[in-house]
Amino acid sequence: MLSWVVGGGALASIASFLYPVIRFMAPPQVTEAAVNEVAAGKVQDLKPNSGKIIKFGNKPALLVRVNQTDWKAFSAVCTHLNCTVQYRDTTQQIWCACHNGTYDMTGRVVSGPPPRGLEEFAVNVRGDDVVISKRT
Amino acid sequence: MTATEIKTKTASWLDERLPLSAIREFLDHKTVPVHSATRWYYFGGITLFLFGVQIVTGLLLMLYYRPTVAESFDSVRFIMTRVQFGWLVRSIHSWSANLLIFVAFVHMFSVAFTHAYRRPRELTWLSGIALLGLMLAFGFSGYLLPWNQISYFATKVGTDVAASTPIVGEALARFLRGGDDVGSATLTRFFAFHVILLPMIAGGLVALHLLLVQTSGMSTPPWIPESRVRQMRFFPNFFLREVMVWYGALAVLGALAAIFPWELGEKADPFASAPKGIRPEWYFLATFYTLKLIPSHVWIFEGEIMGLLGFAVLAVGWALLPFWGVTRAGEARTRVVTGIGVALVSYLITFTILGYYK
Repeated sequence: MLSWVVGGGALASIASFLYPVIRFMAPPQVTEAAVNEVAAGKVQDLKPNSGKIIKFGNKPALLVRVNQTDWKAFSAVCTHLNCTVQYRDTTQQIWCACHNGTYDMTGRVVSGPPPRGLEEFAVNVRGDDVVISKRT
Repeated sequence: MTATEIKTKTASWLDERLPLSAIREFLDHKTVPVHSATRWYYFGGITLFLFGVQIVTGLLLMLYYRPTVAESFDSVRFIMTRVQFGWLVRSIHSWSANLLIFVAFVHMFSVAFTHAYRRPRELTWLSGIALLGLMLAFGFSGYLLPWNQISYFATKVGTDVAASTPIVGEALARFLRGGDDVGSATLTRFFAFHVILLPMIAGGLVALHLLLVQTSGMSTPPWIPESRVRQMRFFPNFFLREVMVWYGALAVLGALAAIFPWELGEKADPFASAPKGIRPEWYFLATFYTLKLIPSHVWIFEGEIMGLLGFAVLAVGWALLPFWGVTRAGEARTRVVTGIGVALVSYLITFTILGYYK
């Protein structure tokens, strides 16, 4: 009986030391203001058949100027293992250099290991300004 | 007082306070078996030597390195360009880390192929496997510290792999990253893991591994009859040979560091695309290339999860070798273990080469 009490007490004291340590190591949730729309630059900054990475909140987004008038924007986070994708002007596809995943210009997976397509954003050209926003 | 008297008095003073005679007694009687596979015994020692090199060069690098996103890349550049011999110390640290993992793999497979995992050396094998895992963790955490483009994306991929672990994956990834994404919190954490947590665990495990090697002695492969094995004294005969091998390892290390200095690359930019030709360190290339080949879906499961599950099963199965690699009578299943070992080595070499070139 005494050994149970001593053993239980020792275990409880170890648990009381470890619990705050483990909780301390888990990073706190930081809530950030949700971003639904960002200014992606000027029309003349991007040539037709080219793309660039822009900040969408704290995540990267890919803005593509398909031709003179058509624009596309997607989340630039590859759905496979979180790398940042890029636009390839030679194939006119979106490509991830990490594991060779490719997506078409609707965000759907064409080849490689990505399990899902890329989230597509809406692009609005307001005068000279390009604005991308989350689709509702 | 003569020099001999001073020496004798100092020795007896120390003898009264430390168990020196017990150590001397142990070294006088410790022997190493001499046979056709004796050369493989040296690889454990080389791994230990390289671990020592890592501690010394790591301590030197810490004098200048600053673990923040704003300063880390520049502090490594400062070490390489402004600090005297900084390029050499950093280059030796990087090369030694890679050689250490290579030699540890050679050591592990040599133990498997000579069936040295048999009773009573199961714990020696398991502590060795844990040490190899720790060395990979050292490599992974240290890779991010220069905060360059390649290490940034390698860490993104690596922590996302952790996130794929069933049930605890997301919590594990958040713990590793210090938040939702790879950033300044990740760098601080990886630095703490790399220079405090992992060395503390590794120090204890190395001590345990060495103690087990001493208590169990060196294993002789099962195909060599006892009558054909002679014994060599550990000290000084084997020890001096081992020191010569360490000198050889140091020469290789120095030559590699001087002829092929470790590059720094470009500073990480979280809002840039992953660069073309990106790949992890060579010891993760086989995994990297396998993940590249697995299709997005295998039946109803995500290919990535299936691949990682496969690696986990393989690693756990290999770690449990002392328990399935012997018969009930305790004898090594030589053909099975050698066959599986050869298949594993062939897979690792082939996929590492393919991962490098494709």
